[in-house]
Amino acid sequence: MSTPIKDPSVTEGGSVVPGQRGTKKSARPGDSRSEGMTLNVFSHGFLILWAVLIVLPLLWLILSSFKTDAQIGGSALSWPTSWDFDVFSRAWSKGHIGDYFLNTAIVLVFSVPLTMLFGSMAAYVLARYQFPGNRLIYYFFVSGAMFPVFLALIPLFFMMKRLELLNTYQGLIGVYIAYSLPFTVFFMHSFFRTLPTAIHEAAVIDGASHTRVFFQVMMPMAKPGLLSIGIFNVLGQWNQYILPSVLMQPQSSGEPERYMLTQGLIQLQQQQGYATDLPVLFAGVAIAMLPMLVVYLSFQRQIQSGLTAGTLK
Amino acid sequence: MRKGQYRFVAGFLLAPLALYLIFVIWPYIQTFGYSLTDWSGESPNFKFVGLDNYTALFHDDVFKQAIWHNVLLLVFIPVLTILISLFFAFMVNVGGRGGAGGVSGVKGSNIYKIIYFFPQVLSLAILAVLFQALYRSDEGGLLNGILIKLGLVDANSPIEWMNNPKLVLWCLMVVIIWHGVGFYLVLFSAAMQSIPREIYEAALLDGAGRSQTFFRVTLPLLWESVQTAWVYLGIVAMDMFVLASTLTPGTGFGGGPDHHGEVIATVLMRNFLYFGKSGYACAMGIVMLVLTMIISVITLRATRRERIEF
Repeated sequence: MSTPIKDPSVTEGGSVVPGQRGTKKSARPGDSRSEGMTLNVFSHGFLILWAVLIVLPLLWLILSSFKTDAQIGGSALSWPTSWDFDVFSRAWSKGHIGDYFLNTAIVLVFSVPLTMLFGSMAAYVLARYQFPGNRLIYYFFVSGAMFPVFLALIPLFFMMKRLELLNTYQGLIGVYIAYSLPFTVFFMHSFFRTLPTAIHEAAVIDGASHTRVFFQVMMPMAKPGLLSIGIFNVLGQWNQYILPSVLMQPQSSGEPERYMLTQGLIQLQQQQGYATDLPVLFAGVAIAMLPMLVVYLSFQRQIQSGLTAGTLK
Repeated sequence: MRKGQYRFVAGFLLAPLALYLIFVIWPYIQTFGYSLTDWSGESPNFKFVGLDNYTALFHDDVFKQAIWHNVLLLVFIPVLTILISLFFAFMVNVGGRGGAGGVSGVKGSNIYKIIYFFPQVLSLAILAVLFQALYRSDEGGLLNGILIKLGLVDANSPIEWMNNPKLVLWCLMVVIIWHGVGFYLVLFSAAMQSIPREIYEAALLDGAGRSQTFFRVTLPLLWESVQTAWVYLGIVAMDMFVLASTLTPGTGFGGGPDHHGEVIATVLMRNFLYFGKSGYACAMGIVMLVLTMIISVITLRATRRERIEF
C-alpha cells in the first residue's frame, strides 16, 4: 500500500457497491439464497449481541449516576427513583471534574498543535531533503515508538523534578509532544513522500524560500494526513494516564492540584474507599464520556480511518 | 547542496530533535545506567552494584509471577481479540444477503461499526471505573446482578470477580477485548475492502462457496493486517498498568489478590514510588524492554509469509 490514508469511501463500512447486487445474485448457484438467508439471520444475531454488550454497560453506568449510594449497593437491575440532574453539577464542582477538564484542555491546546508542527517539520525535511545522517535521524525517531514508556518513566520523573517541571503545564506539554513525535514523524514522513514533487519545484523556481514552501504549499497539501494524525494525537493525549499520574502530582502540600481528567477520575475512584459517593463518580464518567461521544459521532469516519491508518502502512 | 538548504534542514530539525532527545532518549539511556545501581531515587547518593539488581529479579517471586501473567496475557489477548474481530469482520462484510463470497456488508454494517468502535475513544481510566462497577462483588455489580436475577448465582455468595485468584486475570483480559474488538474489526474491514473484486469473481467462477472464499481468499490476503494487529495487541498486553493497578485489590497499585493480578508494570511502579527502589525498578524496565523485543521478533518470525501483492 503506497498511501497510509485510505480514501473515506473505501474505509466506509461494508457498504454494497451499487449495481453489484444484481449481477452477483444471478451468478450464485441455486441453493445459495437460503444459505445466504440463514447466514444473514445468524450474523445479525451475533452482531446485535455484541452491540448490546458494548452499549448496555455504558448506559447502565449513566443510569446508575441517578441512583443514590444505597440504591447502587442494592440490586444492579433496579431503576433510579428520581431523575435529579443535581448529581452532574456536584460531580462538576465538588468532584472537580470541571477543573480536570480545564487542566486537560489547557495542556492539549498547546501540546497537540505543537506536536503537529514539530512532527511535520521533522518529517518534512527527513522525507524531502537529502543530507548526511537523514536515515539515521529517521530511524532514531521511529524506534522511539517501540519502547514501553515504563523504560523512561523513572529517570524522566527525577529529571523533571530537577528542572522543577513536575506538576506544571509546560512540563507536561513538553513531555506529551516528545512522546507523540515518533508516531507523528513516522506517519507524516510517509505522507510527505506520497505528495507530488512538481508543485514543490514550481514554487522553488518562483523564488519561494524553503520555509515558505513548507508552510504555504506542503502543509495545505498534507491536510488529510494532518487531520488523521491530529485526531490520533488528540485522543492519545486526552486519554493518557501513566505520564500525568507520575508527573502531575503536587510536590508540596501548598501546591495546587493540576490533575488531568483521566487522573482525576482514577483519583475519585480511589477515594471511594474512604468517602462513598459513587453517583458522583459515575456522573463524572458520564461527563467525561459525553464530549468523546459527540466528537466521535461527528467525526466517526475520520476517527476510524485516523486511528487505523497508522497500522495500515 | 546549497548552504541555505542545510541551514533550513537544521532549523527544522532543531526543536523536535531537542525535545525528543531530552524527554525520551536521555531517560531511556539513563534507565540502563540506573539499573546497575542501588539508587533509591530521592537520595543523590548511590553506588554501582553491577548486575545485582538483575540477579535479585531472578529470585523475586512476585516479579516472576508478574512476568508469567504478562506472558499469559501476551498469548490470550491477541488470539482472542483477533479471532473475535475476524469473526465479526466476516459477519459484517461477508454475511450480507446479496454478496456472494465477496465483500458486501450486512444491512446496517456501518451502525455496527460505529457502536463497536466507540470503546476505542474512551480512556482506560473510564474503563477502569466502568468495569469496577460491573465487577462489584455484590448484587450491585451489573454482572452479579444479572446472574442473580437469572438464578445462576446465589444472592448470598455472589462471585468475587477481582478477589478470586483464578478469575482476576481473565477479568482484566475481558476489559481489553471489549475495548479492542471494534478497532480491529474496522482495521480488518478496511483491509477486506481493499481486496480487488476480480479476485472474488474469479473464485466465484471456480465455484467457491461463501465460507470457502473467506478461508481460502480473504484470510490469506488479510495476513499482513493480522500481523500488525498481533504486534499492537502484544504492546497492550505488555502494559496493562492502568487496569491492573485500579481494578485489582491491594494497596500501592493493586496486583492482588495475593499477587494473582500482578503484571510487570504494577510491580515496577510499586518499587519505584512506594518502596523507593528506583534502581531495582529500572532493571525491571529493562527486562520489560527485552521481553518486548523478543516478542516482536518471535511474532514477526512466526507469522512471516510470502507477501501477496495485489
